[in-house]
Amino acid sequence: MDLKLLSTLNGLRRERRAAVVVTRLADGAARLVTEGDDLAGDPLRAEIAAAFRSGRSGVVAGPDGEVFLAAEVPPPRIVAVGAVHISQAMVPIVRAIGWDLVVVDPRTAFASPERFPGVQLHADWPETVLPGLALDPYTALAAVTHDPKIDDFALVHAVERGCFYVGALGSRKTNARRRERLVGSGLTEADFEAIRAPIGLDIGAASPAEIAVAVVAEIIETFRRRTIGTPS
Amino acid sequence: MSRQADDGDVLAIAETWAKAGRRLAIATVVETWGSAPRPVGSHLVIDDEGNFEGSVSGGCVEGAVVSEAVEVIGDSRPRLLSFGVADETAWRVGLSCGGRIRIYVEPLTA
Repeated sequence: MDLKLLSTLNGLRRERRAAVVVTRLADGAARLVTEGDDLAGDPLRAEIAAAFRSGRSGVVAGPDGEVFLAAEVPPPRIVAVGAVHISQAMVPIVRAIGWDLVVVDPRTAFASPERFPGVQLHADWPETVLPGLALDPYTALAAVTHDPKIDDFALVHAVERGCFYVGALGSRKTNARRRERLVGSGLTEADFEAIRAPIGLDIGAASPAEIAVAVVAEIIETFRRRTIGTPS
Repeated sequence: MSRQADDGDVLAIAETWAKAGRRLAIATVVETWGSAPRPVGSHLVIDDEGNFEGSVSGGCVEGAVVSEAVEVIGDSRPRLLSFGVADETAWRVGLSCGGRIRIYVEPLTA
C-alpha cells in the first residue's frame, strides 16, 4: 500500500463511504475499489461485491495468486423518527446486532433520556436534526410517529440522501394519503414506491415489541441483500 | 465499538505518522483459524524504531510482528507470517484449543 492510497481510503472512511482494498499478497500490489465503481470486467467482481455486502474481509484466490480483500465499510445505523413505544423496543434489538441507533422526535415528553437511556437522542424537528446527521447509503430511516408533520420531511430527506432503507408506519389508507402529499411535492412515483409502508416484515406483529422485531428484521434484510457495484 | 472503527483509528494513525516523515509498515490479520483473539482485518502499524499502535492478537505475537516489520521497512518487501496463537492466550479466553493466524506485513510506500 502507498500513502496516496491510504490517504484516499481514510478520506472515504471519514465520509462514511465504503471501499475495498484489493492487495496481491505475492508482492503487495494494491488497488482501491469504491462502492459504486463499475465492476464489469473485474476478475474479482463477485468476491468484491460480497465483501461490500457482508463487510467482511478475507483472502480469496485471484488470477495470479492469493489476494486479500480488506472491506472498509461504515457501520450501519438506524435513525428512528419518533420516540415512541416501538422505537423504545428497538433499542435492545439494535444494540444486540451491534448497529447504531439515533432517535429523533420534537416532542420532548416522548424524547426524554429517561425513556431512552444511553441512546443518541435528539428532541427537535427532523428539519433541524437530520441535515446534521449526514444520512447516507449506510443509514436506514424508520418513521414511526404516525404524524405527517413529523414524518413527511424525514421520509423525503432520507430518499434524497440515498438511505438504504426508508420505511413508514401506517395503514394502507394512511399510506394512500401520504402518497397524495408526497408524490409531486418532493418525491417521484418511483421514489415513493421505494418507501416500505406499512413498515416491517409481514409477520403478523401485534405488540410494539413485535413490530420492532419486524422493522429491524426488514432493515437487516434490505441491507444484506442490497445490490452493490451497479450504477444506481 | 465496531471492528471498523478500531481499524480506522489505526489507519488514521498510519497516515499521520507517514505524513510526519516516519517510515512504517502495516500488519494486517488476513486469516484466522480457531480461537484467534483479533478478527480478520485488524491492523498494527509499526515504525522503523519499533513503535506501534493497534493489535493483531491478544498481545502474544505483537513482539514478533514488530521485529519482522522493522525488517520489512528496511528492505521494502512484504511478508506473510503464520503463527499458532500461544496456549496461554487460548487459556486466558477460556478456550481449550489454540488458534492460528496469518498476518500480512507490508511497507507503506511513498
